[in-house]
Amino acid sequence: MTRKTRRLALIGSALCVLGIAIGLVLFALRDTIVFFYGPTEVAEKAPPPGTRLRIGGLVKQGSFAREQGQTVSFDITDTKHDVLVTYTGLLPDLFREGQGVVAEGVVGRDGLFKADSVLAKHDERYMPREVADALKKQGLWKEGEPLPETRADSSTNFRAK
Amino acid sequence: MIVETGHYALVLALALALVNSIVPVWGARRQDLSLMAVAPAAALMTFLLIGYAFFALTYAHVVSDFSVLNVVENSHSAKPLVYKISGVWGNHEGSMLLWVLILAIFGAAVALFSRGMPDDLRANVLAVQSWIGAAFLLFILLTSNPFARLAVPPAEGQDLNPLLQDPGLAIHPPLLYLGYVGLSITFSFAAAALISGRIDAVWARYVRPWTLIAWIFLTLGIAMGSYWAYYTLGWGGFWFWDPVENASLMPWLAATALLHCAAVMEKREALRIWTIFLAILAFSLSLIGTFLVRSGVLTSVHAFATDPQRGVFILVILIAFIGGSLALFALRAGELKQGGIFAPVSREGALVLNNLLLTTACATVFVGTLYPLALEAITGEKISVGAPFFNATFIPLFLPLFIAMPAGQMLAWKRGDLLGAAQRLVIALACGLVAALIFAAWQGAPWVSYCLAGLAVYVVVGSFTDVATRVFGRGASLSEAFRNAIGMPRSAWGTAFAHAGLAVTLLGLAATGWGVDRVLTVKPGETVNLGPYEVSVTGLVQKQGPNYNALVTPAVIRSGGVEVARIEPANRFYPSRKMSRAEAGIATLGFGQLYMSISGTTPDGGIDARLYWKPLVTLIWIGALVMGFGGALSLSDRRLRIGVARRARVSPVPNAQPAE
Repeated sequence: MTRKTRRLALIGSALCVLGIAIGLVLFALRDTIVFFYGPTEVAEKAPPPGTRLRIGGLVKQGSFAREQGQTVSFDITDTKHDVLVTYTGLLPDLFREGQGVVAEGVVGRDGLFKADSVLAKHDERYMPREVADALKKQGLWKEGEPLPETRADSSTNFRAK
Repeated sequence: MIVETGHYALVLALALALVNSIVPVWGARRQDLSLMAVAPAAALMTFLLIGYAFFALTYAHVVSDFSVLNVVENSHSAKPLVYKISGVWGNHEGSMLLWVLILAIFGAAVALFSRGMPDDLRANVLAVQSWIGAAFLLFILLTSNPFARLAVPPAEGQDLNPLLQDPGLAIHPPLLYLGYVGLSITFSFAAAALISGRIDAVWARYVRPWTLIAWIFLTLGIAMGSYWAYYTLGWGGFWFWDPVENASLMPWLAATALLHCAAVMEKREALRIWTIFLAILAFSLSLIGTFLVRSGVLTSVHAFATDPQRGVFILVILIAFIGGSLALFALRAGELKQGGIFAPVSREGALVLNNLLLTTACATVFVGTLYPLALEAITGEKISVGAPFFNATFIPLFLPLFIAMPAGQMLAWKRGDLLGAAQRLVIALACGLVAALIFAAWQGAPWVSYCLAGLAVYVVVGSFTDVATRVFGRGASLSEAFRNAIGMPRSAWGTAFAHAGLAVTLLGLAATGWGVDRVLTVKPGETVNLGPYEVSVTGLVQKQGPNYNALVTPAVIRSGGVEVARIEPANRFYPSRKMSRAEAGIATLGFGQLYMSISGTTPDGGIDARLYWKPLVTLIWIGALVMGFGGALSLSDRRLRIGVARRARVSPVPNAQPAE
């Protein structure tokens, strides 16, 4: 083999691996990424059943309920709209009503959001960044202020059709 | 007073680093030995000054000097001493100080252990190291002063984040930083070589031990971090594809690639441009990692406080170094001559394949980590890229790597014999197949698990096949075999162990498919079946720690009625931060672990618990230790010892083994 064909073989195999990698990345980006919505976005975009989502907001005061066994339900709210979330499993240590939370899961056939993981903030000083940004965008909260009251009855619950 | 002197020492270190950034380069230009001789002395002095600054901050933490802001924000007088010390780097300012300290340690190490190195190379390397040092010292002094005082000191500190109050904090960050920041040396070597324009096998020989040292620490640091997350987060997970974890994985992948291609350059003077590029890339990824973690772009336990000013500063440093080095690279790469030629099927060819796969795998991690950030910056849409993405991209690229790994070791330099290598691997292949069948019969589904377990066994056996044939080859007697084993270059053993270690980790990962997990509410006195064991919760106790109170549920683990272990999972509450933290109860049974974590009590006296049985899970971290051991073996090879190589060439050792 000449130097030229060797170099071609090298470049060819490099392009081959690179092509496979690009294909894998594009394929994976189409299927495996999960969008983050606040409750208002959920209400606006009305994701169809089967959509995988991350929903972030505050846990509404008085909405937390223990159903049978390890299953719990609670509302995630941005004080304008609510999303009812059901979840089976252990809640993180810092899960509290009125505090920030992010739930990841799937919109079920019945239109209810069924979470398979629930994340709370790491400590009492911070809340999930997505939640902070969503609240700021809605003009409901600023850095350094206390969290908005979630007891308000004005917010409405979303249920996918 | 000590605190102020620490601050002053840091300022002096900056001044010295600035001097050392310019004088040695100028000296190397003019071939002026006295100017070049400034570099090692200045590097040692910088190290002493930063070391003193670090000591001063540690002192403030240990004596709980609450007039220092950093101590107030991260310490508490009731905190155990070990966390007072490790808490020094458990915050943004302190961890940056540790960063520059380690940078200075590596600079000083080059100054001390480089007797045989050409003067101008050493001068340039230390100068580039000083550029990095000066940039980060300036960053600390301008935006993150750890020595800031408070006018009105409070009586008590705010305590350290409970998640960080763990022996892991004493080990994980220093190890990881030794790896992360250690790559700065390879970067400095690459930049120095580009400045002087001399890039040859001698250069590769000097750069390899440093890469190896950084790689060993990085491997151990990542493994340690993963084990810490595993036992402290209470989820039983050990790798979350979290951006912060990816930030450490990317430099590891680049450093692994660099380690392999530096071997090609050292042996055959081929792949020069690529080696230099990888050396720049590895440290650039370290810098990107530092940016991601320290700038507050990401929310994580690693990102302590967020301050946009810091983010911008690190971004400027990042662009300056990566951009500058790549520009220098573009300028000089064209001058490089082609090195030795090789057939596609050869040791070099195999190492090229290794590099291709490792760097593309690294690129997919890069895309998965930065794509959400870029998308949010451009469109404002928030997405998360998690495990499914990486499973779909990273794993398909790593599988061929595992398959090819033992074959690569068998191929000769220049031109290899693929068929011959395959024939020699028949035993390893057979072992892998049998192991897969045994695992399938023993543990069963999922099929991915036993296939991967079989692959892992194939790689372990394959890694040692080459060594074994050389030890026992030509019907050697036992004493001859022993002599062969001792006489073989340590780097051959190192390669075998490092490859086998990666396979051992793979086996541990494969075994996760056979685990059992249960989430349930248990009551004291209740017994739960978990895989091959029964777990009985014996009670519910309140305990008082130094700065926390804990809810403890002692439990007894039995196998067929016989007690095998006791665990005490606990949930600790730290009043000063109003934060709680799970302390998992873990019993190591064989290579597997039984893992239990509790989160709280239910109104009717039950305990919310997660229980896991994880067969062979410890192999994940044991594999990393084996990899580190392999690296250390390679490092002890006399060929890599700096200065020895040159002498060895003058008087060849009689009966020298053929080089690999």
